[in-house]
Amino acid sequence: MSKIHVNATVNGDAVEYLCEPDESLLDSLRDRLGLTGSKEGCGTGDCGACSVVLDGRLVCSCLVLGAEADGRAIETIEGLADGDELHPLQQKFLEHAALQCGICTPGFLVAAKALLDKNPDPDETEIRYWLAGNLCRCTGYDKIVRAVMDTAEEMRR
Amino acid sequence: MNKIDDISGTEYKYVGSRPVRPDGLDKVTGKAQFGADLYAPGMLFAKILRSPHAHARILSIDTGKAEALDGVKAVLTSTDLQPGEGADDLEDDMDHVLENVMARGKALYDGHAVAAVAATSASIARKALKLIDVEYEVLPHVTDIEKAIAPDAPVIREDMYTQDMDPKPDKPSNIARRMEIGHGDIEAGFEKADFIFERRFRTEAAHQGYIEPHACLADYRSDGHAEIWCCTQGHFMVRSACAALLGMELSKLRVTASEIGGGFGGKTTVFIEPVALALSRKCGRPVKLVMDRDEVFRASGPTPSSVVDVKIGANKDGVITAGFAELWFQGGAFPGSVIDLGTMCAFACYDLENVKAIGWDVVVNRPKSAAYRAPGAPMAAFAVESGLDDLAERIGIDPVDFRLKNAAEEGSTAAFGPKFRRIGLKETLEAAKASDHYNSPLGPNQGRGIACGFWFNFGGTTSASIKIELDGTAMVTVGTPDIGGSRASMCLMAAETLGIPYENVRCVIADTSLLPYSATTEGSRTTHSSGMATVYASENAIKVMCGRAAKIWGIPEDAVDWKDGHARPSGANAGEFEPMSLADIAKKAHETGGAIAGHCEFEAGKVGQSFGTHIADAEIDPETGFTKIVRYTVIQDAGRAIHPSYVEGQYQGGAVQGIGWALNEEYIYGEDGRLQNAGFLDYRMPVCSDVPMIETEIVEVPNAGHPFGVRGVGETPIVPPLGAIGNALSHAIGTRMDTIPMSPPRVLEAVSGG
Repeated sequence: MSKIHVNATVNGDAVEYLCEPDESLLDSLRDRLGLTGSKEGCGTGDCGACSVVLDGRLVCSCLVLGAEADGRAIETIEGLADGDELHPLQQKFLEHAALQCGICTPGFLVAAKALLDKNPDPDETEIRYWLAGNLCRCTGYDKIVRAVMDTAEEMRR
Repeated sequence: MNKIDDISGTEYKYVGSRPVRPDGLDKVTGKAQFGADLYAPGMLFAKILRSPHAHARILSIDTGKAEALDGVKAVLTSTDLQPGEGADDLEDDMDHVLENVMARGKALYDGHAVAAVAATSASIARKALKLIDVEYEVLPHVTDIEKAIAPDAPVIREDMYTQDMDPKPDKPSNIARRMEIGHGDIEAGFEKADFIFERRFRTEAAHQGYIEPHACLADYRSDGHAEIWCCTQGHFMVRSACAALLGMELSKLRVTASEIGGGFGGKTTVFIEPVALALSRKCGRPVKLVMDRDEVFRASGPTPSSVVDVKIGANKDGVITAGFAELWFQGGAFPGSVIDLGTMCAFACYDLENVKAIGWDVVVNRPKSAAYRAPGAPMAAFAVESGLDDLAERIGIDPVDFRLKNAAEEGSTAAFGPKFRRIGLKETLEAAKASDHYNSPLGPNQGRGIACGFWFNFGGTTSASIKIELDGTAMVTVGTPDIGGSRASMCLMAAETLGIPYENVRCVIADTSLLPYSATTEGSRTTHSSGMATVYASENAIKVMCGRAAKIWGIPEDAVDWKDGHARPSGANAGEFEPMSLADIAKKAHETGGAIAGHCEFEAGKVGQSFGTHIADAEIDPETGFTKIVRYTVIQDAGRAIHPSYVEGQYQGGAVQGIGWALNEEYIYGEDGRLQNAGFLDYRMPVCSDVPMIETEIVEVPNAGHPFGVRGVGETPIVPPLGAIGNALSHAIGTRMDTIPMSPPRVLEAVSGG
């Protein structure tokens, strides 16, 4: 079976890759482009560790085909910081100790940024339901929710 | 050794502060490399063929068609995985690990590995699996404890006779071993009781649920050397296991621990590493092997399921007169469940005159169980804490007061033998009683539950090194993978000991070639044991630095003291010299004797036993049986919190895992012996919207055995939740809950009096 040629942008940069027809976008990002910040926790869209933003929409990259990304814009954890300057969410996650093992962290950050882009003033319940698609097994979510609330407050100032 | 009085209340400069962890930046930017994140030139992708049967004899395996597929470089079966001449020397349960890694003659559970393929792409490897012909003779199976110990049960291991029985059984069974602990005379104790609680409790198996599936990259070189990169809680353990299973010399195998995406005990053994290494040996290429999530559920190591009978007697003054528990744990198709630990933990929180606990290790057709955070303790505590709750109610005493009256303290003889040193259980109970949570009102359909929990904490073989760089910074290396922030704790303890800023200390996890043996990150031992090793290594570096200062000043070494990061003359007799900073001494290292470092290799002991008390408020929807935890508080003795944020994180994470286990999580096996919910959609772990903020209170009763008073904190937080939530729910519905998980159907059944 021949591979499919894809042109897309990742974090603003033009990329092109060849992928198998049945290959997930997550595998294309990781295996073809070397962007291993997105993680596979389940491969079935249940854990959110592979969260990316595709044309402005938060998706599980394990549920999108690599071939589907042709002509589209992808944002991943690798593009969250602006060079050396961390995104406020990244800074707050560090300050609040909102990660332990860190495997779910990229997905949470991508998802939380998508939330704040839509709603700069979410309450605790809105944060909890928005992030319900991301599993964390270490923290019990407490410090993650606090970090997102604190970030939102700071960014509104 | 420090005395408690010496360190209690001591204020430290760095220990107890909350700086950003050294590995944090990489983890928020996606740069951190986990098990599946490494790629090697010429790397192959491997997949494992797994048994679809719960119990089956493997009559034949034909790999011919798979081997002939273009792109397939190696196919492996158990005949390729031979320990060689050391076969008779497989220690502990390594023979069972070998059997678990790849079925030998019989598939013992749904998901048991039968063969493996390495190919140039993952999709080719998957296709090749379908071309392997396995002929099975399906055998009768059993996945349930009570059915497995029934007289007519199919016997899984024909050569297994229950150990430690008198007389020795005359026929094989599914019970691997019996154990018993205790002291006093329980019959006499029950005679004195005014109230007796007696009931059977059951818990289903739960999975650790780490988000990162098992992953490794193995590269076996043609000269017999090999390297493994993998996510593990113990890379020295991986090296020992792989070397034993493949008949290799330890020094020829180098194992590097990647960043680890959660483990909770589930990554304290090997599943795929020996398979990847054997594949690599067979085809001479690097081999990457990553489990899918359904493989993680079916074929890694969940907890045992359990049946626990408990009988507790108390008099009307609230004194427990006797405690008895009989526990059955299934550890999968292999002997060696954590029945010992569960049995020992059952009554550990209480100072009982008469106590006895009997444990039975049962085998069933399920995957080989592994450790999960305080392995064995939550199931035992669920039964005992439920019993205490019932007794307190009938006696008419506050449940916290009842526990305070019977709580273990310094000098109490534990049911499992030793006398406790200074412990902080009573302090956590007092804190619970004084908490805002405990004194707040409840709403409609709500109930409140209290429970206590205990975990031993481990020590063990530990190594650490610290080198003082020429620029006055320091680099610590330890051998315990950092699973939740321990590098930050090591840096804090080294900074405190050396007297230099936290920012000037880095910590890395050394691979197996760079540091002497270090036991696994398990048993809540890392901050305690690697922490002690880091402190002692730092003290040894300080000795070297004092020697260098002495040389520069031309005075004897013992005339130099170390204080606040400086070498100083020890007194007026030593001479008048300006104190020299660590940086001053480091800068001159090459003129005064060479590089400066400190090392420590030791057997860590003096662990501080860990106790906690939890308060849970549960709200029940009487129409659906759905339970929501509306408020939850964890109070636990940390001895000394090195980095309080990560201590709180352990409390919160353990509590939420406990909430999941209590209310939802369970392994569901069908009549066919196959796991029916091998994915996150059907194995329902708590998500963010399921839980409230988890309130924490860190009690600090220092452990005199540790330089800063540390007690390990990681495991105890999962011990009380089953009991605390069970008690809360029982109060909310007015009926005692006795089965975990307390899922909506079970709660509805209880509400309707089923």
